[in-house]
Amino acid sequence: MSYLELASISHYYFNEKHCTHALDNISFQVEKGHFISLLGPSGCGKTTLLSIIAQLINPTEGTIKLKGLPIDQQNIAIGYMLQQDYLFPWKTILDNVCIGPKIRREWVTGDYDKAKGLLTKVGLTDIANKYPDQLSGGMRQRVALARTLMTDPALLLLDEPFSALDFQTKLILEAFMIDMLKDYQKTSLLVTHDIGEAIAMSDDIFLMKANPGAIHSHISVPEQVRNLSPIEARKHPEYHQLFDQIWKEMNQLDTENDASRV
Amino acid sequence: MTPKTTHPAYNVYLQQLSREKRLIKYGQSIIFICFFAFWEISSRLHWIDPLIFSSPSRVVNLMVRYLLDGSLWFHMRITVFETLAGFFIGTIAGVILAFFLWYSKRFSAIVDPYLVVFNALPKVALGPIIIVALGPGYSSIITMGAIICVIVSALVVYNGFHEVDANYIKVLQSFGASKWQNFKEAILPASLPTIISTFKVNVGLSWVGVIVGEFLVASKGLGYLIVYGFQVFNFTLVLYSLVLIAFLAALMYQGVAYFEKWLLKKLR
Ligand SMILES: Nc1ncnc2c1ncn2[C@@H]1O[C@H](COP(=O)(O)OP(=O)(O)O)[C@@H](O)[C@H]1O
Ligand SMILES: [Mg+2]
Repeated sequence: MSYLELASISHYYFNEKHCTHALDNISFQVEKGHFISLLGPSGCGKTTLLSIIAQLINPTEGTIKLKGLPIDQQNIAIGYMLQQDYLFPWKTILDNVCIGPKIRREWVTGDYDKAKGLLTKVGLTDIANKYPDQLSGGMRQRVALARTLMTDPALLLLDEPFSALDFQTKLILEAFMIDMLKDYQKTSLLVTHDIGEAIAMSDDIFLMKANPGAIHSHISVPEQVRNLSPIEARKHPEYHQLFDQIWKEMNQLDTENDASRV
Repeated sequence: MTPKTTHPAYNVYLQQLSREKRLIKYGQSIIFICFFAFWEISSRLHWIDPLIFSSPSRVVNLMVRYLLDGSLWFHMRITVFETLAGFFIGTIAGVILAFFLWYSKRFSAIVDPYLVVFNALPKVALGPIIIVALGPGYSSIITMGAIICVIVSALVVYNGFHEVDANYIKVLQSFGASKWQNFKEAILPASLPTIISTFKVNVGLSWVGVIVGEFLVASKGLGYLIVYGFQVFNFTLVLYSLVLIAFLAALMYQGVAYFEKWLLKKLR
């Protein structure tokens, strides 16, 4: 039994004029503690898929199971990180980090200390009483990570959380995130359109195609690359080989997609 | 903080700046003095009918007299109270209405045509009906002051609610937030600047509602003094009330503007 199981997930968006087929028959499984990437061009339904797993929207068809039980029948916390930090500008950093337990009505008095501990863990001290606009983009995304971890999520969903950062910050944060998640043994799904990021961070990659969004192929990242930090991984020969392979595959998909459109 | 630097040209620039400001002040004072001087002179020389247009000296005399016998304070107090009450009630009711419009899409769709009509309607035309319904007293006048700004602020604030970045809601929903929690934690605080921006407009609108209301029913207040002065052909009284209203409305507007600045700064 896998930790997370998606079985035949399909999704359609309805409105008065259209019925958009966003996801088609998506099935895959994730083992506990694994890091999975969903790689695909924009518009292939990555955000839709994460929103479904996070139960923000209901899939038109299909089921999701976590630890063998339907996900919607359990009161489990799922962490969701977005492209940008979306910290609330009118709340202090500490209050931002604490919002999860408060919303879930699970607030206990020790949580302020827990939040401060997490902030230290993400490398930020003495900023608890500052406001988000006093922090840099990289710091803010770290706060967002702390906020996400605050509810001890059983699953972490990362929707291109590095895409709004400059390259250097992004590399540092990638490495940092991987370490954190290994520490906490989190099962994570990362959505990205950056091939390098997918290879450097994941155990497994699912390549997606668009129109409708579907899993095209499953790529296992070789052991040697997997065990390196994202920065080191980028220097490994196997990384480059895999990069080329995926690059070609994505180009192929792109051409097919263009051809099917005309 | 950038380090403090200076340059000889900067002093010249500062001097020019204060000179410009001084010139503007002069210009404003000249207009003010000329206007009242011309009014006074033309009234004395009978270029205009002093019985209709009065004169600044008569208005000032009246003002001093009413200030001393307490009637200035009496009428002013009533009108200011009605305006403030109308303003607060109208604004708060507008925000509450906006909340319901946001909370239920269906409700907002159902009431949409009525809002459009009611928004387009000149609210002061409702005056007689309000007075018949609520009786000739404070409540009618305050209602006039409130009703004139409630719909427009509801629509503006509702718009503001919609402009809040949906991703804030997504963050909250990922923690399982209810609709009310979404409102309390994201929608309302993010829309506060919009809500505050309706204050200045609303305070002006409330003045209109209250003065018209006083025209229609009141036996006290500045609007009443205007109508009364008109009826007994005492235009010094009319102009006195007018000057007072202009002064108070400007003061209130400035007060709200300062309040707005202060609040926005606090929210930062
Ligand atoms: N709320 C929505 N209503 C209608 N169509 C949508 C909505 N959200 C996304 N879509 C459509 O679904 C498809 C997948 O979108 P999305 O999941 O955002 O892709 P990605 O995150 O991979 O860029 C796109 O064609 C998009 O236009
Ligand atoms: Mg997306």
